Amino acid sequence: MIKVTVCIGSSCHIKGSRQVVEKLQELIAQNKVEDKVNLCGTFCMGRCQEGVCVTVNDDFYSVSPDTVADFFQKEVLAKI
Amino acid sequence: MRKFDTKVQHLKYKVLREVARLAWDGTLFEGMIDIPKKIVPGNEPTMRCCVYKERAILGERVKLAIGGDKSNPNIIEVIDIACDECPVGGYEVTNACRGCLAHRCEDVCKRGAITFDKNHVAHIDKSKCVECGACAKVCPYTAIVSRTRPCQNACKVKAISMNEQKAATINNDKCIQCGACVYQCPFGAIMDKSFIVDAIEMLKNKEEKVYAIVAPSISSQFTYAKLGQVITGLKELGFHTVIEAALGADMVALAEARELAEKGFLTSSCCPAFVRYVKTAFPTIAQHISHNPSPMVALAKYIKDNTPGAKVVFIGPCTAKKAEAQLEEVKPYVDTVLTFEELQALFDSRDMDISSLAEGVLDNASYFGRIFARSGGLTDAAVQALKEQGIEFKVEPVVCDGIEECKLALLKKSKNVLKGNFIEGMACVGGCINGAGCLTHGEKNKAEVDKYGREALEKNITDAVSVLK
Repeated sequence: MIKVTVCIGSSCHIKGSRQVVEKLQELIAQNKVEDKVNLCGTFCMGRCQEGVCVTVNDDFYSVSPDTVADFFQKEVLAKI
Repeated sequence: MRKFDTKVQHLKYKVLREVARLAWDGTLFEGMIDIPKKIVPGNEPTMRCCVYKERAILGERVKLAIGGDKSNPNIIEVIDIACDECPVGGYEVTNACRGCLAHRCEDVCKRGAITFDKNHVAHIDKSKCVECGACAKVCPYTAIVSRTRPCQNACKVKAISMNEQKAATINNDKCIQCGACVYQCPFGAIMDKSFIVDAIEMLKNKEEKVYAIVAPSISSQFTYAKLGQVITGLKELGFHTVIEAALGADMVALAEARELAEKGFLTSSCCPAFVRYVKTAFPTIAQHISHNPSPMVALAKYIKDNTPGAKVVFIGPCTAKKAEAQLEEVKPYVDTVLTFEELQALFDSRDMDISSLAEGVLDNASYFGRIFARSGGLTDAAVQALKEQGIEFKVEPVVCDGIEECKLALLKKSKNVLKGNFIEGMACVGGCINGAGCLTHGEKNKAEVDKYGREALEKNITDAVSVLK
């Protein structure tokens, strides 16, 4: 099980965390990996400048609504 | 830069600030006994008969600021030595009575309680008078006045009476802990217990992540600074992050709309003073209270479920929220509650000038979650939530602005004559923006909240909560 956590705090929210979450939900469904990826939210990872902050297990990534598809391929799907 | 409405609030604030300073230093135990003399240093009394009484009362305020009487479950306590024994006579004829010929007072009195002496001056027979006030209304000289205590006037649920010493006492079974008396007592003789020390102890522990949930009414407070600066200030105090309670309101709005459509009749559950009032005064209606948690609890639960070890402090305008946080079902989620008054004291205990800080951001919720803070907002959100979820249900709202209107609606409901299927109950007139723990209770506050609502990034409730799934 891969744990993907998206920051939904104010700063990341303004940078598009909702779009990131929605896109990830869509990609997880498309690739039928619901049972392999656990998507969850957290408020503030303390690295607001780098938002939208996302962690995969414990590794940190800076993602934006534009890069989320690429990120999902490389950092999530590839690890399953 | 005027922070407070009254000098009473300012005095309470000074005590809280000094207590907070000592708590940060870890010298509360040794230092608290000196707080009264620090606030009243001289020999000339400025508030009471002598400096010793002033200091004695301040000593009682210090006790309340560090949590008050643990054996008393009520958040609201009377400081009996500060209670000035205001007159309690009820309606009385003053010497403004000119002994006129019209005698409108006599005509209007259904109880026959008004008599006249040989100079035509009116007198009220207290054994007959029921304190309806009709005579006072018709007197052309406004010569009849009501001498009731401000605390009793403020307490619309009639929980305050006088004891043998003529000091105010609170009936804990009736009290809904709304704090109306706290704000209205001109002598500051009724105060809410503070848990500011508990909050400081959490913030001092660097191992802990302390989350601040702020009520949307914050937008009308701290008028001397920008909201973003308040957010930065909270983080500098040591809070890990700040989240809008309005996001909890968005969560609740969706669930409450579904519950309303399913059950056909509901009362809101977000105002803890209203909920307590229904349970104590109208127990037969309690089954109709929405089973959804309040926005504060819904969001606190989400935080704790997703972040093991997190601590949650709710910051709002409300004294009843302090009581809500102590309920068994809420305790696991909310660690403590502060008011805006207490937050001001907390900022100043660290000598922070928040108006000089950089602006942080606060954006978690939708317009609809944010307007929960004012009367009518919850109903607007429920209607919107039905629409967004595609549920066909016609809401016939009964928006109750203040506990007196709540009482009327509940009374009608208990007799099955209420027109409507959704009671929005708010204990404070105007809604949370007029809560007892507010710094300001101004006319502009409603406009401020609406403006803040419109500034939300998310315009729909569903969008705002979509990140939580």
